[in-house]
Amino acid sequence: MLREKYAHEVEAILAKYPVKRSAILPLLYLVQQEYGYCAEEGIREVAEITGVSPTEVREVVGFYSLFYDHPIGRHRIQICDDLPCALRGADELVAHAVRRLGVQPGETTPDGRFTLETVMCIGACHRAPAMQVDLEFVENVTPEVFDRIVGDLSRDGM
Amino acid sequence: MTGTVRVIINDRPIEVPAGTLVVDAAKRLGVDIPVFCYHPKLEPAGMCRMCLVEIGMIKMDPQTRQPMRDEEGRPVIQWMPRLQTACTTRVAEGMVVRTNTLQVQEAQRAILEFLLTSHPLDCPICDKGGECPLQNLTMRYGPGESRFDYADKMHQEKRVPLGDLILLDRERCILCGRCIRFQEEIADDPVLGFSDRGRGMEIITFSDPPFASYFSGNTTDICPVGALTTTDFRFRARPWEMTPIPSICPHCPVGCNITLDVRPSARKGGWDILRVMPRQHEAVNEIWICDKGRFVHHFATAEDRLRQPLIRRNGELTPVSWEDVLEVVAEALSRAGPQAAGLVGDRLPNEDLYLFRRLFGEALGSSWISMDPPIFGGEWVARYGVGTGTDFGQMRPGSLIVVMAGDLEEEAPVWFLRVRGAVRRGARLIVAGGKPQKAERYADLILRYRFGTEALVLVGALQVLLDENRVAPEVLPRLDGLEALRKALEGYPLDFIGQRTGVPVEQIRAFARAIAEAGEVVLIFGREGVVDGEAFVGMAANVLALTGHVGRPNNGLLPLWPHANTQGALDFIGARPLPEEVPVLYVVGADPVGDGRPMPRAGFLIVQDLFLTETARMADVVLPAQSWAERDGTFTSAERRVQRFYKAIPAVGEARGDWEIFIAIALRLGQRWRYLSPEAVMDEIARTDPRYAGMDYGALAWTQPQWPPVGTSRDLYFGGTARPNTAGLGRVRPSEAETPEARWPLAWKAPEIPSEESILAIPTRRLYQEGTLIARTPHLRGRTVPWAARMHPETARRLGLEAGQMAVVRVNGQTLRLPALVDPSVPSQVILLPASLTARAGVVEALPVKFRVEVGNGALPR
Amino acid sequence: MGRYILLRHREIPELHRLDVYLRHGGYEAWRKALTSMTPDQVIEEVKASGLRGRGGAGFPTGVKWSFVPKNVFPKYVVVNADESEPGTFKDREIMEGNPHQLIEGALLAAYAIQAERVYVYIRGEYRSVARRLEAAIAEAYAAGLIGRNVLGTNYSVEMFVHLGAGAYICGEETALLESLEGKIGHPRVRPPFPATFGLYGQPTVVNNVETLANVPPIILNGASWYRTMGTEKSPGPKIFCLSGRVRRPGNYEAELGKITFRDLIFGEEYGQGLLGEERTVKAILPAGASAPMLPASALDTPLDYESVQAAGSMLGSASIIVLDDTVDIVWAAYKMVRFFQHESCGKCTPCREGTYWLRRVYERLVAGRGRPKDPELLESIARQMAGKTLCPLGDFATSPVLSSLKHFRKEYEAYIPQPLEAPVAAPAGTVETVPGR
Repeated sequence: MLREKYAHEVEAILAKYPVKRSAILPLLYLVQQEYGYCAEEGIREVAEITGVSPTEVREVVGFYSLFYDHPIGRHRIQICDDLPCALRGADELVAHAVRRLGVQPGETTPDGRFTLETVMCIGACHRAPAMQVDLEFVENVTPEVFDRIVGDLSRDGM
Repeated sequence: MTGTVRVIINDRPIEVPAGTLVVDAAKRLGVDIPVFCYHPKLEPAGMCRMCLVEIGMIKMDPQTRQPMRDEEGRPVIQWMPRLQTACTTRVAEGMVVRTNTLQVQEAQRAILEFLLTSHPLDCPICDKGGECPLQNLTMRYGPGESRFDYADKMHQEKRVPLGDLILLDRERCILCGRCIRFQEEIADDPVLGFSDRGRGMEIITFSDPPFASYFSGNTTDICPVGALTTTDFRFRARPWEMTPIPSICPHCPVGCNITLDVRPSARKGGWDILRVMPRQHEAVNEIWICDKGRFVHHFATAEDRLRQPLIRRNGELTPVSWEDVLEVVAEALSRAGPQAAGLVGDRLPNEDLYLFRRLFGEALGSSWISMDPPIFGGEWVARYGVGTGTDFGQMRPGSLIVVMAGDLEEEAPVWFLRVRGAVRRGARLIVAGGKPQKAERYADLILRYRFGTEALVLVGALQVLLDENRVAPEVLPRLDGLEALRKALEGYPLDFIGQRTGVPVEQIRAFARAIAEAGEVVLIFGREGVVDGEAFVGMAANVLALTGHVGRPNNGLLPLWPHANTQGALDFIGARPLPEEVPVLYVVGADPVGDGRPMPRAGFLIVQDLFLTETARMADVVLPAQSWAERDGTFTSAERRVQRFYKAIPAVGEARGDWEIFIAIALRLGQRWRYLSPEAVMDEIARTDPRYAGMDYGALAWTQPQWPPVGTSRDLYFGGTARPNTAGLGRVRPSEAETPEARWPLAWKAPEIPSEESILAIPTRRLYQEGTLIARTPHLRGRTVPWAARMHPETARRLGLEAGQMAVVRVNGQTLRLPALVDPSVPSQVILLPASLTARAGVVEALPVKFRVEVGNGALPR
Repeated sequence: MGRYILLRHREIPELHRLDVYLRHGGYEAWRKALTSMTPDQVIEEVKASGLRGRGGAGFPTGVKWSFVPKNVFPKYVVVNADESEPGTFKDREIMEGNPHQLIEGALLAAYAIQAERVYVYIRGEYRSVARRLEAAIAEAYAAGLIGRNVLGTNYSVEMFVHLGAGAYICGEETALLESLEGKIGHPRVRPPFPATFGLYGQPTVVNNVETLANVPPIILNGASWYRTMGTEKSPGPKIFCLSGRVRRPGNYEAELGKITFRDLIFGEEYGQGLLGEERTVKAILPAGASAPMLPASALDTPLDYESVQAAGSMLGSASIIVLDDTVDIVWAAYKMVRFFQHESCGKCTPCREGTYWLRRVYERLVAGRGRPKDPELLESIARQMAGKTLCPLGDFATSPVLSSLKHFRKEYEAYIPQPLEAPVAAPAGTVETVPGR
C-alpha cells in the first residue's frame, strides 16, 4: 500500500538513513496519514520495508504519544495544560473545550470530527494558553478563538 | 579485554578476567548482589536498579604509581558519588566494591518497595510462588511493609495469551525485559516488545502467529516473577509439591538435559509429569530447551498408551497375560531361528539396543536386524565425528561452523541457539543448502545448490583444496588414499561442478578456503535432499580430514540425526537391508507402516511399542513397552555424549521396559541372562565394548560446577528457575581419529547425481511435524505441520496437480499418498515430504504415469 | 554588531532567508573554518571560548567535541531540537527566526569532528518548525554550503531533519539516539558515551540548538571576543525563556551573569513585572520543571550557572517559570509531577514506579484526601528515587517535590484534612485519577 501509493516519499525517507530501521518513525507518520492511525496493516508494511519484526514497529507506536493505535477524529485538538499554560488559564480553556465539544479529553466527538486531548508542554508557554490543531500552533487561545477554530473546521466539509 | 584484573569486593580480593561484570565477579566470590533484569546469559540492561552498589577506585600516586595511603596506611579510595549498577559496570584494576553498606541496603529496600507497589502480591495463587526471585529477594532484602496504598494499585490484564503456549499476567510483570532480550539475543525471534511507557509499559507480541518462536518456554524460566507461565503448567501444581527427576530429552539428537517434574496425581491414577524443565549442561544445552522438548511429554502418560499385551484371536487383537504372550513370542522366534528378523527404532535406549542385538545374535543366531529408519554416514561419524570436548560455547574468532543439507533450527533447535551464540562471539558460519533457513541470517557465506548435488559441491571443495595445495602438511603422513582421491577428482572439473550444482565457482573456492584457513571446523550435516548419502558424507569427511579438522575438540562431523538415540542405534544395531519376506518379524519402537516405509512381509509379526501404531494394528502379537520416563537408561547424542536419564514415573499399566521384555524372551530361549536393571546392562557394555569403555552409571553421573551457577541453593535468582545439574554430565565416546596412532582414510565414491530434468522427492524435517508423539500435546495442535507434499506451483503444474488434491508419489520403491500443498517458497523441481516417509531423497519415478491425481477428499487440515 | 547574537532575527527582518542571512555575515564562519582552519583549530577555538551546553547540563562544548576519536568513521553530529522542558521555547524561536545560524553551527561541529552527516532531531510537535528548517537546509544545499565538496573543499557533509513523535525523554541524548535509530526512546546505560558509541554505534556529538547557534559567532570573532560577554565560568550570551505569571513572557537574550531573576521578571526590557500590581513573587522555577524551585529570596541571584547553583538550584535550560502569590504550590508541584509521570519512559524501576506513586499521593492531596504523613511520604519517595535512576529524568522528577517541601511545607499541611473538621474543598486545578498516555 505505502510502497505503491507513496513510492516517492518512502524512497526519499529511506535515502536519509544508512540503517533502514531509522525510517520507522517517518514511515509511521505516512501510515497515519493514510489510515488516520497506525493500522495493523500499515505497521506490518513498515516492518517489511525496514526489515525489522512487526513487534518492534508496534513498540514504537506504543511509545510515542503522537502515534495512535486506534482510529481518532479527523481533527486533533491538543490543549497544553502543563504548568506554564495552566498558570495562564489552560485549565479554564480545557473546561471550555469540554463544554463546547461535549467530550472529555481523550475522547472523539460522536461525528468523528474532533478528538480532544490535553497534552504536556508544546513550547508555546510565552503565548499561553496554547494548543495545537492538527499539529499547527494556535496561541493566546481565548474561548472566542477556540470557538472560531472549531466553527471553521466544522464547516470545512471534510 | 585480555588478562585479568584484581578487584576488592567487601574487603576480599579476587582476580577475574578483564571485562567481567562486577555482579559476576562478586558471584565468583560467593557474594550475592541481587538482580532482576540482569541474567548471566543476556546482555546487561541496567533497568531494574536492584544491583546498586558502592564502587570506588584506589587512588594512585602519579609519581610512584603506588596506591596513595592515609595516616593509618590504608589505601585511599575515590568513591563514585552515586551508587552504580553492578550489572553494567565492568571490573577494572584497583576497583573497590561494597555490596553490604547501609547505603546499599537502603537502595535495595527502596527498589523492592517500588517494585512491589505495582505487584499484585497474589503469591498464593501464582505458579512461581515458591521458586520466585521476587519473593526470595523480598524476603532477604526487602522492607517488611509497604507504604503504598493498596487501593492505588494499577490494575492490568491478568490473562493475556501470548500465543498458544505462553500466558502473560501484566500485573505481575516487573518489566525487566529478560523475555524480550532472550527472544532477541538468544532465539533471534524478536517477537516480544515493550509497548507504551512509564507505568503503562507492557509486554506485547505482534508476530503472526503470536509469540512465533520455538523457544518461547524459556522465557517462563528466566522470568523472575510469575508474569509468564505456560498454558500447559499454569495452575497445575505448586513447585514444592513436585520432584524434579533428571532426564534427557527424547526428541532430537542434541540430548538436552532436562528434569521431569513429577507429582502424585489422582487424575492419572498414579504419578504424573507436570512439566519439563531445562537442566543445566553448559556443553550441551546450557539452560535452554526448545518448546518441543518442553511440551511434548504428554504422550508418556497418554490415555491411549498400550497397557497390556495383545494377541490376535479370531482376527481381533485381544488382551492376554505377559506369561502367555511371552510363550507365544519365544516359540515363534525360536521356530524361525536364524531366519527371524528384527527392526528397531532409534528412540530406544542403549541398554535395550544392546540386548536386542544379543537376543538375535546369541539366542537366535540371526544377523537380520536393522535400525529403522536406515541411516547413512554412520561409519564416517564414528571415525571423524566431532572430537571429545567439543563445545559450541567455546567457539570464537577462528572457529568455523558449516551447516549443510539440513535445517539447523528445525532439526536441532538448541544447536541453532548455540551456533548463533558462537557467531555472536566471533565464530564464522557457512550455510549450504537447497532452500533457505533461519541460520542463514548469520552466515558469512551461503551456498545455494540444486538439491541432489550436495556431494558434488564437496567434490568441488576437494578440487580447490588439492589445486591450491591446501592439504594440511601435518596430517599428510596420517592420510590414506590421497593419491587415489586426487586421481578420481580429475573427472570433475570445477566448471562442470559449478554448472551442475548451480553454485558459482568462486563461492566453492571461498567455501574451501574458509575451511582450510579456519582454526577449528565443525561440519553439521543433515540429509535434506541427499540422494547419494555414502558419497555425500564421505566427501564431507575428506574435506575435514585433508584440512586437519578431525580428531580434536571443536573439529569434525556433527550429524543431524533424526532421533535422540540414532547414534546408539548405529553403534549397537546399524542399518542393513532385510529380506523381503521373513518367517517372523519383531518390530520394536518403530512404525514403518504408519510412516509409509517398506517393511519385510512376515509370516508372524511381533510389535512392541507405546501405542497401537499402524504397524501394531497388523501384528499377531503386540507388547506394551515403557516410555523413557518410566525407566532408567542412556542415550548417545549426535555428539556421541552418553547421558543418563532416570525413572520418573511408575510404569503405565502393565507396560514393561524393552530391556525387560528382551530378557524374558532370552530366558525362555535358554539364555542365562542376569540383569536386574538397565544399570547392570550398561555395566556390561562399559566392560566389554571399547567404544563405551568405563561408561558405567557411576561415571555418567559425574558432575562439576557449571557457570553461571543457576538454581542451586547458592543461587535463587541468577538464572531464573532452570535446574542445576546434580545427576550427571555424561561422557563422550571418542571418535576413532582421536587415537594418536589412528590412520585417517579418505573416501571415494563417484556421487550419483540426479539428472537435471528429474523431480526430486525430498524428506524434510520440521520440528512440529504431525506425528504420534506430538499429537498427544494439545497445546501444539495449532502449530503442527500437517502431512503434505509441498511443492512450487510450477512443479505442481508440471505434475498436473492442484493444491489440496491427493498426490501419489513413487520414490525409492515406495508409493506414498498424501495431500499436495502449493508453496511458492519451495524451490522448483522438488517435492518436500515429511522426513519420516522415506529415508533419503530420491528421484520421483516415471512421470507422469506413476504420479496420479485423485480428486476429492483432498481438503487439507488447517 | 547589534544587540543580539542569537536572536538576530529580531532586528534583521527576513533573516530566515538565506540571501538575507548571507548579507549579514552568514556562513562567513563556515567559509573561514573550511578554508583557513583545521578541525582541531575549530575545536580549540570553541574550547577556548568556554561555551557551555545550553540544553541544560552546561557541559563545555569544545571538551565534548574533543572526546570524539579521530580515526573512527563514520561520525555523526546530532542536533538536539527535542525542546520539551516545560517553559522552554527558545530553540523553536531560533529555528523559526534564525535557522541558518543553527545550520552553520551544526556544520562547524560536523567539520570539527569530521562527521559526514548531521541529523536534526526535532520534537514531533514542532512539525511546522521542522518544515521551515528543512526549507532553510534546502536553500543551503542549493547554495553549495552543504553537500559534496562544500565550497570547493574536499569536505563533504549531509544534513537531514528527523521528526520525533512525542516523548520528552528523547531530549536525553542517548534516548534521542535510540529514537533516531527507530527504536523506543529508552535511555542507554552509560558508559559508553555517545562520543565513542553514539548513533549506530559510531562516534557522535549531540548538541542543543542554542549551543550550536553560539558557534558561528565564536569562530568568526574568536574566543576572546566571546569571553568579553558573560562571566569567567559562564561566558557568552544566553536566551532566557520567561513564562508564568509575568506581564510580558517571552525569550530574552542577555549575557550570562549580567542580570538577575529580578531584572528578568521586572525589568522594562524584559518581563515588566507580574500580572497584577499588587502581586508578589512566591517562587521561581529556574529551569522548567526539572530544577528545584527557589523562593522569592533568591530574586537577586545573577543568572549564570554558578550563581544559580549556589542559590540551591540549576540554571539548566534557563526556562524561568514565575509563580506569584496566587499560585498554590502543592498544585504546581502536582502539575510537574504529573508531567514527569507522563513522560517517564518506564525503563528503570525507581522512575517508573516512583513517579506513579508520587502522582497518586499528589492526587489525593489536591483532592482533599491527604493524610497527615503524606508530606513525609512524598519526601521519602523522592529520596528513594534520587540518585538511583538510569537517566536524569528520575532525579528531575524529585525536584518539584523536594524543593516545594523545603520552602513551602506549610502549604502541604493546609491540604491535610484536620480530624473533626469539615473536609477542605479541592483547590485550583483539575484532577485526573488515572494517568493517560
